[in-house]
Amino acid sequence: MPDGMNVDYDGLIPNNVGLAEDARVKKALETWHPGYIDWWKDMGPEGFQEALVYLRTAVSVDPKGWARFDYVKMPEYKWGILLAPKVENRLIGFGQHKGEPAWQEIPGEYRGMLRRLMVIQGDTEPASVEQQRHLGKTAPSLYDLRNLFQVNVEEGRHLWAMVYLLQKYLGKDGREEAEELLNRRSGNADSPRMLGAFNEATPDWVSFFMFTFFTDRDGKMQLEALAQSGFDPLSRTCRFMLTEEAHHMFVGETGVQRIIERTCEAMKAAGISDPTDVERIRALGVVDLPTLQRKMNLHFSLTLDLFGNEVSTNAANAYNAGMKGRYREDKIEDDHRLLDATYPVLRCIDGQIAQEAVPALSALNMRLRDDYVQDCQGGVNRWNKAIEKAGIQFRLTLPHVAFNRRIGEFSRLHADPEGRVIDAATFAANHDRWLPNADDNLYITGLMKPVDAAGAYAGWIAAPKVGIDNKPGHFEYVKIWN
Amino acid sequence: MIDFQTDPSRYRHWRLQFDGPIAQLVMDVDPAGGLFEGYELKLNSYDLGVDIELADAVQRLRFEHPEVGAVVIRSGKENVFCAGANIRMLGKSSHGHKVGFCKFTNETRCAIEDASENSGQRYLAAINGTAAGGGYELAVATDHILLIDDRRSTVSLPETPLLAVLPGTGGLTRVTDKRKVRRDLADVFCSTEEGVRGKRAVEWRLVDEVVPPSAWEGRVMQRAAEIAARSDRPREARGVALTPLERRIEADALRYGFVSVAIDRAKRQAVLTVTAPQGPPPEALEAAKTAGFWPLQMARELDDAMLHLRLNEPEIGLWVLRTEGDSAHVLAHDAFLEAHKADWFVREVRLSLKRVLKRLDMTSRSLVALIEPGSCFAGTLAELAFAADRSVMRHGAALALSPLNHGAYPMANGLTRLEARFYGEPASLDAARARPGAIEAEDAEAMGLVTFAYDEVDWEDEVRIMLEERTSFSPDALTGMEANLRFVGPETMETRIFGRLTAWQNWIFQRPNSVGEQGALKLYGSGVQPSFDRNRV
Repeated sequence: MPDGMNVDYDGLIPNNVGLAEDARVKKALETWHPGYIDWWKDMGPEGFQEALVYLRTAVSVDPKGWARFDYVKMPEYKWGILLAPKVENRLIGFGQHKGEPAWQEIPGEYRGMLRRLMVIQGDTEPASVEQQRHLGKTAPSLYDLRNLFQVNVEEGRHLWAMVYLLQKYLGKDGREEAEELLNRRSGNADSPRMLGAFNEATPDWVSFFMFTFFTDRDGKMQLEALAQSGFDPLSRTCRFMLTEEAHHMFVGETGVQRIIERTCEAMKAAGISDPTDVERIRALGVVDLPTLQRKMNLHFSLTLDLFGNEVSTNAANAYNAGMKGRYREDKIEDDHRLLDATYPVLRCIDGQIAQEAVPALSALNMRLRDDYVQDCQGGVNRWNKAIEKAGIQFRLTLPHVAFNRRIGEFSRLHADPEGRVIDAATFAANHDRWLPNADDNLYITGLMKPVDAAGAYAGWIAAPKVGIDNKPGHFEYVKIWN
Repeated sequence: MIDFQTDPSRYRHWRLQFDGPIAQLVMDVDPAGGLFEGYELKLNSYDLGVDIELADAVQRLRFEHPEVGAVVIRSGKENVFCAGANIRMLGKSSHGHKVGFCKFTNETRCAIEDASENSGQRYLAAINGTAAGGGYELAVATDHILLIDDRRSTVSLPETPLLAVLPGTGGLTRVTDKRKVRRDLADVFCSTEEGVRGKRAVEWRLVDEVVPPSAWEGRVMQRAAEIAARSDRPREARGVALTPLERRIEADALRYGFVSVAIDRAKRQAVLTVTAPQGPPPEALEAAKTAGFWPLQMARELDDAMLHLRLNEPEIGLWVLRTEGDSAHVLAHDAFLEAHKADWFVREVRLSLKRVLKRLDMTSRSLVALIEPGSCFAGTLAELAFAADRSVMRHGAALALSPLNHGAYPMANGLTRLEARFYGEPASLDAARARPGAIEAEDAEAMGLVTFAYDEVDWEDEVRIMLEERTSFSPDALTGMEANLRFVGPETMETRIFGRLTAWQNWIFQRPNSVGEQGALKLYGSGVQPSFDRNRV
């Protein structure tokens, strides 16, 4: 095996970074560890700390066989520090240092920038665990419950990953920031998480699937951009996190897909062909497609805000410094410096939405957002295939990027989901048509009843096609009462 | 043309809210409201236009709101207090505009401190988000800083690491001189891009208290109420509306009620003439309380004229200061200002005159006072002559002193202009103090109150040659020379801001490391790293 592929499981903290020989960082992490466990017990999944959950645990960083499945109590999960294997003689791939050897230590001039990038990334990881902590009580199946917990423990591990970088490379400041990551709380008025979308509640399972599809996908895009970093430890960390993140995308996409399949199936069985016949569809105990569209509109627009301002100095600085690249930077064919290039950006000009060519360096947030929208569209197309296959005349569509925005250019105007500029009154009048309304939320909340018999599924969601780890349909993914 | 006149009905960037003795001054900058093209005022960043409104608000709060004892400066935006001066604006501005902008913003910060210290109208800053650079500098101009403790809001002065310039709106100076931050910690603070938050901000004395979000509104209003309760301003008094100035702007002239400016472009000079009041002040104090009260109207007009010339007429390098009218009326007004100095309005008028005269001291133009027969350099107006770099007096003219020359209008260094003038001559100062009534030219020269006195034979030529010679010198050398000679003696925080901080800043503003094609200010936002000339100079 190449160097760094073996994981040391002997100590308190599994790792492939030689923690046993690094007394300073080992001590820092061991000091941080009890606080983390307290945080997990306080803020992790509520009511299931003693349950045995069939979870995968990373045992290697070899892409061919990195995980092992077994029953584990979540507080005893082997969180650890895992970096993708080191690529010998790796070079910085972009920005003004392009072609120089990748940094193994933090260059002093970029210390502040890296600290900010790591803290913001790190802050989102525990935030989603906090947002989702009440969902266990209403899981539609043990399969879904297990998937929720898998996502949660891996978000926890991603926090470990960022904390390791902070403690290893940023000294005293890093240790303080690592503590702060445990002190902020999603939605708490006095110490909220740093980004807006991570302070919104995840009140039900439809929201959870939407969140993992849309918002975790932003996380994926950010990790993809950081995986390109010229700061090698950050790149290696993010590359391994992406391996785990793929499962989160899977949970979101298949979750929504299974809702759609169940709805279409029930409609057909009841002989309903009009997808907007909401009353009759809801009488079947399934989620009508227009409500799913409204949920999509909400989660998509909230997530777009996470990409920041359309024209951004920070993004330009981070790229030029070689710290944060573009999505699949290594696959793009250009000069990887972007000093003279431009990029088309939709902006709000004199109250209208107009395209403008801006310097490509300043438009990196938008480029990443465009890649994100494309990535989302792939999933939406697969959902629409399922609807089409069922013979129902309905298409789910991503709303326009100007719709329902709080951050950036479009926070200054109102637009409908097609991207037509409208006045505030028109927006308010149509709010309940475009975004989840009180009725929708009440109806979905009513559907949220736990199903905890092995192999059984709530009436609003279809069973998955294949089990986790190829387990059969009746497999008991979570032993709640052991 | 940059216009310094505005009023709350025209504000684009600020809102004023009143609740009894507490006023809230809410910064909510319109990104599209920049004074010039080519930049957006994002994140409550500011340009000169934003600061003109702030200066107007600070002035109106004093005159129009005697009931207000505490002013809370806060942000109308979420998660950001103020991001400081707009960097793209600075990157695009000429050197002259940058310097003029910084001077004006500094004068406005000093006006805020003057209100806190002398008007019984104290300022607080409620920092509910990021306060970076000029944003934190605005906060340190207040007397009490509250910072929200939401684990992300920071205060910072990131100019050096981020922009290769200084926190030049008093930042460096107030951190050490006013906040009394230990100088090594100040060094850390001023070179840490991300700034300081929470408990550490209090421990380092960067802010006075941190407050959790749940207690935020309550604590801000509680502190404002406590501070307002200590004010000596009259709760029941009626304010004096600062009605619009009557002003005519012509190609080569400005005309107000008591002030006029005549520009001679060929000679690169402007003649500023201040006219005495038509008669004595009103008998009754209350009758004086209008915007038309001569000392107030004259001060506002002179202030506007100076600002206009500074920013809109940079090539007019020499200001000739003249007065016209009856000295007796000027002195009668001085007597009125002295007799009623305990009144809130009269106090404000005196303080306003003080600030206008300070603005004259701080002006980077050669100042020459011509004291001729028919002039009225008496009392308050004699300060114009004492502020000038030189004053020349024609035989037959007279000047006069009043009690206001001995303490009402201190300069930035804390001295009266006469104390500064006679810095090494205590006897001359005593003689001036002891001299009542009109002082003729020969006497004034002998007493050292004017530079030279000339008879009618010499006057024309001497004056002409002096003015022509003055405008022939290098404007830069003159600016430096005058700024040095005007401020003798002791340093104060204010002189350190204008003399040390801004002088260094203006030097840095000329250097390629900040403004060159590869400099940090020019490249900011492009993502491209500046390349520095590594020689220490």
